Amino acid sequence: MCSFMFQPTFQSSQKQKRFGCFKTFALRLHSMLHCDYFKAQKMELMLRNQEHFLSKIATNNGHGEDSPYFDGWKAYDSDPYHHTKNPKGVIQMGLAENQLSFDLIQDWIMNNPRASICTAEGADDFKDIAIYQNYHGLPEFRNAIAKFMGKVRGNMATFDPDRIVMSGGATGAHETMVFCLADPGDAFLVPTPYYPGFDRDLRWRTGAQLVPVICDSSNNFTVTRDALEAAYKKAQEAKIKVKGLLITNPSNPLGTILDRETLKSLVRFTNEKNIHLVSDEIYAATVFKSPGFISIAEILEEQDMEGINRDLMHIVYSLSKDMGFPGFRIGILYSYNDAVVSCARKMSSFGLVSTQTQHLIASMLSDDHFVDKFIIQSKHRLAKRHGVFTKGLEQVGIESLESNAGLFFWMDLRRLLSEATVEAEMALWRIIIKEVKLNVSPGSSFHCSEPGWFRVCFANMDDETMRVALRRIKTFVLQTKGGQEASAKKQCRRQSLQVSLSFRRMEDIMMTPHLMMTPHSPICSSPLVRART
Amino acid sequence: MTIEVEQPSVELSKIAVSETHGEHSPYFAGWKAYDEDPYHESSNPSGVIQMGLAENQVSFDLLEEYLEHHPQEASWGKGASGFRENALFQDYHGLQSFRNAMASFMGQVRGERAKFNPDRVVLTAGATAANELLTFILANPGDALLVPTPYYPGFDRDLRWRTGVNIVPVHCDSSNNFQVTPKALDAAYSRAEAMNIKVKGLLITNPSNPLGATIQRSVLGDILDFVTRKNIHLVSDEIYSGSAFSSTEFVSIAEVLESRDYKDSERVHIVYSLSKDLGLPGFRVGTIYSYNDKVVTTARRMSSFTLISSQTQQLLASMLSDKSFTQNYIKTNRERLKKRYQAIIGGLRNAGIDCLEGNAGLFCWMNLSQLLEKPTRECELDLWNTILQEVKLNISPGSSCHCSEPGWFRVCFANMSEQTLEVALTRIHQFMEGRKTNGGNLNF
Repeated sequence: MCSFMFQPTFQSSQKQKRFGCFKTFALRLHSMLHCDYFKAQKMELMLRNQEHFLSKIATNNGHGEDSPYFDGWKAYDSDPYHHTKNPKGVIQMGLAENQLSFDLIQDWIMNNPRASICTAEGADDFKDIAIYQNYHGLPEFRNAIAKFMGKVRGNMATFDPDRIVMSGGATGAHETMVFCLADPGDAFLVPTPYYPGFDRDLRWRTGAQLVPVICDSSNNFTVTRDALEAAYKKAQEAKIKVKGLLITNPSNPLGTILDRETLKSLVRFTNEKNIHLVSDEIYAATVFKSPGFISIAEILEEQDMEGINRDLMHIVYSLSKDMGFPGFRIGILYSYNDAVVSCARKMSSFGLVSTQTQHLIASMLSDDHFVDKFIIQSKHRLAKRHGVFTKGLEQVGIESLESNAGLFFWMDLRRLLSEATVEAEMALWRIIIKEVKLNVSPGSSFHCSEPGWFRVCFANMDDETMRVALRRIKTFVLQTKGGQEASAKKQCRRQSLQVSLSFRRMEDIMMTPHLMMTPHSPICSSPLVRART
Repeated sequence: MTIEVEQPSVELSKIAVSETHGEHSPYFAGWKAYDEDPYHESSNPSGVIQMGLAENQVSFDLLEEYLEHHPQEASWGKGASGFRENALFQDYHGLQSFRNAMASFMGQVRGERAKFNPDRVVLTAGATAANELLTFILANPGDALLVPTPYYPGFDRDLRWRTGVNIVPVHCDSSNNFQVTPKALDAAYSRAEAMNIKVKGLLITNPSNPLGATIQRSVLGDILDFVTRKNIHLVSDEIYSGSAFSSTEFVSIAEVLESRDYKDSERVHIVYSLSKDLGLPGFRVGTIYSYNDKVVTTARRMSSFTLISSQTQQLLASMLSDKSFTQNYIKTNRERLKKRYQAIIGGLRNAGIDCLEGNAGLFCWMNLSQLLEKPTRECELDLWNTILQEVKLNISPGSSCHCSEPGWFRVCFANMSEQTLEVALTRIHQFMEGRKTNGGNLNF
């Protein structure tokens, strides 16, 4: 009778010290202790009735927080690694943040007090900045952003400040884009694997849908025309109206960039179908190795793209990754479609960038010398980090997808899976969290069609933590490998047995279960299965 | 060689092509006129004076003084390393120090007659976002919120545009100083029912925009009884709470809930912002304070689309947790607004114009109905246009606030210097004198 009471009404995170959560729990405990069945029933009913008291949007799972993507974060939150205070804690490798170049920015801040309206030097600007609430944004801010976007693309494309629209981070930009382009029920095609946040950002309040464009490792997860057509056809058959294609370039979670030909084929595809193309270029400045980054903006300038309808082209950008400023909520919508610029600008009222921040960024990004230095240094440091990790893993036989961008790499642990299923991937992931104490993100949370891939972030920690993380992975793999080698020897013997048995009649073989050689056979069990028990 | 092909125009969403963004309202047309010909003491003394923008510029010196004396705290907190931590902070719970400071500030504004729990404070980029967000949470597309008239024109966009929710007006009139009555509430509810529209909540603004008056305690009681009876939500937008001329005259819904031991409080949510009281609209600082746990959780998740810059949270956390600063600010700000109000009321009275008796806000509710040829919206807009083009004052016509009685205008007084206010009053005086000598000829 009392057992049902221990089920939480909603997932509570360690970090959420909500008054309400404790109140609910305390009330339940009170009821249980008095074992007043009817009182408890009444309260349960009251809480359930709440569900009709709020909107459908408020009570559905559109917020996306039930994904394992966030479970790992919770594990980290409750046991965070610290050099000295908690050396056995979980290392956060599930958060794509760029923390490698803050020293450069701090120096600049110290040397440019005018950029802050809180300093004596900058205080004169305080009032004007504080009352400016025009949704066009400070002209100097838009100019600085436009210039920065051009530089990040090697000046292979120029951006018009009047097409720059602000939003509450890229999160806000994506949602606004969908509100402008799609009606409830309409869909966007999104190549897999993709950033888990899209499920919420593009769908939750907009009512739009996502139709995955399946990509796989056979061609390094490149988006093919066939895959696009297949996804489009599937949507049509389900009577779902496709309004656009959303690509992330450089890719999250792959860390790869799209080559010129692929980009052109995407542009042609969307143009033919008369659907929008939204290019999320939030990782544009993190391309640390050649080939260089090619933006959709650059493609549109090419000769053979003259017939393309530019009203279908839009870019989402932000300073959260390239500069490492997620806290400042600087989201940018850039559209070649005047009506979209106009509409998005009006909608930006719901998520403008604080003018205090606009002012700081305008100042910082118009310092050419600083920006040029920063972009180069940041790439250099990312390249180094990436190299240390991927080479370190190679040494113990762990491969990752060849990449040249992003704040993460796409690690291949397929051969460590007991079977090629999502369940096996999740089992492996749980071991990595609980025993190796690393929060990495399972490929299934990115809707990857192939189990066994994991996204590992490397730019959100210092060098010492990085060394510890690498050491832990290596140790884990070697331990596992030891078990695997033993298992591989067993495998060899069985195979020779199989050859000699092939001369026997099928029925005889079928009658001897201990000789059945399916990959799922417990005889060939992966060390992971052993580790779990 | 390329061939020009007629491109089929691509569709945008229905939301994108609708006019619910509301920018064609005269409320905004006047702003455009001001933008094209803005008044300036020396460089453009005959330009349009902006009296349609409810901004508070009377107490900036106090803020500037604070910054002068506290540069470190206001900037990055702990100096150089503070920057990095601040720039990375994107937790939708918001900086704890900032939430604490907001909760404490909200309590101070209410003379400590109500206490606020920092864990119920949800941060959004401005009250604009807060109101939209709450609407997404409380109502489904097609449902309605009741809103007493006259109301802030921005609600038409904020509550309806992307949410698909309707506004059903609760008609108030001058017979009782535009106060909300149980009768008007019931009438509005019935009207919605008759149209087969489900009412999910009531949104009040207290102190009221555009009336510039606080809602009386007894009326708040009636309102609470009404929403409880109908089992709907109550959103109290208290964005002008720090702009009531006297602390004791403003009664927050929080106080009424307290007096009722928070019974049935799960239907109540308060919206607040620093755009008016502190005069910082550019910083985009809004909050939702809800007594409903599920609303707090959901609102917090949704705030991902509209978080406050951590840089700004840091600045304001430091400023608002300085109790001596905030006490002084709140008190001084009230006094200055009151003085301004008295100046404008006095000036208007000298010109033969009456206003609704107000006690809060950054504007007064002026009655020019006697100047209308006919008591219609068209005549009101004609008069408004005359005042804009010839008197060169941008004031807001009551019809843009959905006022059911033509002839009322909202006039802002806190977004300009004292000198500019005098110039505005002189112009109004001249205009009224002009009408007298013309023998009441309304074709000016």
